[in-house]
Amino acid sequence: MKTMQIMPFAYRLALAGALLLGAAAVPLGEARAQLRIDITKATIEPMPIAISDFDAEGGSAAQTAINVPRVIRADLERSGLFRPLDPKSHIQKPADMRTQPRFQDWRVINAQALVTGRIENQADGRLRAEFRLWDIYAEQQLTGLVFFSTPENWRRVAHIISDAIYKRLTGEDGYFDTRVVYVSESGPANARRKRLAIMDQDGENNKFLTTGDNLVLTPRFNPARFQQEITYLAYPTGRQAPPRVYLFNIDTGQQELVGTFAGMTFAPRFAPDGNSVIMSYAKEGISNIFRMDLRNRREVQVTNDPSINTSPSYSPDGTRITFNSDRSGGKQIYVMNADGSNQQRISFGQGGQYSTPVWSPRGDLIAFTKETGGNFQIGVMRPDGSGERILSSSSAVQEAPTWAPNGRVLMFFREQPGRTRIWSIDLTGGNEREVITPTDASDPAWSPLSPLVQ
Amino acid sequence: MRLYSFGPKFIAVAAAALLVAACETAPESTAATGGSGGATAPAPAAPAQRQLSLQEDLVVNVGDRVFFATNKSDLSPQARATLDRQSAWMKKNAQVRLVVEGHCDERGTREYNLALGERRANAARNYLVNQGIAANRLQTISYGKERPVALGHNEAAWAQNRRAVSVVAN
Repeated sequence: MKTMQIMPFAYRLALAGALLLGAAAVPLGEARAQLRIDITKATIEPMPIAISDFDAEGGSAAQTAINVPRVIRADLERSGLFRPLDPKSHIQKPADMRTQPRFQDWRVINAQALVTGRIENQADGRLRAEFRLWDIYAEQQLTGLVFFSTPENWRRVAHIISDAIYKRLTGEDGYFDTRVVYVSESGPANARRKRLAIMDQDGENNKFLTTGDNLVLTPRFNPARFQQEITYLAYPTGRQAPPRVYLFNIDTGQQELVGTFAGMTFAPRFAPDGNSVIMSYAKEGISNIFRMDLRNRREVQVTNDPSINTSPSYSPDGTRITFNSDRSGGKQIYVMNADGSNQQRISFGQGGQYSTPVWSPRGDLIAFTKETGGNFQIGVMRPDGSGERILSSSSAVQEAPTWAPNGRVLMFFREQPGRTRIWSIDLTGGNEREVITPTDASDPAWSPLSPLVQ
Repeated sequence: MRLYSFGPKFIAVAAAALLVAACETAPESTAATGGSGGATAPAPAAPAQRQLSLQEDLVVNVGDRVFFATNKSDLSPQARATLDRQSAWMKKNAQVRLVVEGHCDERGTREYNLALGERRANAARNYLVNQGIAANRLQTISYGKERPVALGHNEAAWAQNRRAVSVVAN
């Protein structure tokens, strides 16, 4: 058995008040096999996969042994890459698979892969969760891991298992153990209540971070501080004053003004190392991009142009910035070096206006919103402007793409009359789905992956 | 919109109705060239015994807002006429400070529209400054596309929402 080194883990899920106790992921053996999904293809026949209910031992483990596989099925189904088979069709029972499944029982229902598992409530109060992924036709175990957690953290355990399955079968990192911070909306359009909210990527564990007394927009995660800190825009409560960029500590609820600018600051994003925030500062009808170093509080002007320059987004290596400017007359996308030098326009699509550029975490693409012929489109292009592809087009306003940490899926929001919702779509342009939220929702920002399993 | 009333409660209610009437009046022209301000509102005869608040006076007798073409911040002749009346009114009411709110229609992206709203508010503010109003009496706030007044999803509604609104500072 190969030994896998897992980094010590002390992730605090402050909102849930739960603690994943040094989740040790113990590999349970692995084999080379052919079973694989190529996620770069435009159309994919989803892989039939059986995710069995788990075997259980101790206390409330029986319920968890049903809940965990249910969440895994939902995760994998929503990815569009898998077709989880109805558990009612499963022949072999969880307790009968403690050593090895009867592969023919799963071939009969046309499963190509099988997930089995076991949940134990241990004497020390911890939850022990074990899973194995099997190749039905090769009759081999592909991967297997054991996790230890607090019992109330079972959802996170399920998402971590989903990520492990996704990675083993696609070769790419998963994105299920992630969260989304967004703007929860309610009320009529002329008195809209907007609150910061955070939820798991599947819409569960929704929590409100602000009260809705003041208008808030455009939250974004600090990519280096693992779902603990966001930056966002807020209007002051009960005062006639411009909105400004703030930091929000999710653990403590503490909010902090960024910078000492006299007027409106907006469109914030963190640098990849999390040590600075880049944003726009509006003055006298002109908006330029500034960077504030969070360590020494120094403000540096990055663009110096007499038009609107906004929506800055760093390349993942921190050397370049893409941004939106109307210096040519209409809204277009530009890239520049991180110090503001070498500004180049990259969007030239006929009759289109481009905005909200966001650099992919893989570095290979920039996602954007394009307005053309009365339609709003979500698309991607390479950082040199080539290879433009439209993924989603709507006559309703839709905008503000955000990348999954693996750079394969985007979320954005769409404002249909009376219904504003977050949607997700694959980079292939397929698998467009509404993300379930408890209220109207806009401005999604996808979290980075947590550091857990290598 | 902020209600600015000195009177007893029943007067405040009457004033609120008056303000709603003024707000709901569409611009003269909803074409992309923009319309004129709220002075086009038919000003109903005010109750004889009450005095308009400054905000009500601005809305009803001066015109509190100017309109813009799509993605533009240029002031139309009608907009300049409204702002001429606002500057004269500010000279008459020398203690008044205004907040100029910049707004956009829904057909655009949020962050860009925050900047565009700021540019529109500043276009109106700069015009007032050029008419001799002290800059420190004029503040700007952009609401981007977050605070529409017209709730429709058509050009008539969008034309009303692309606006800069002057509000008496509190």
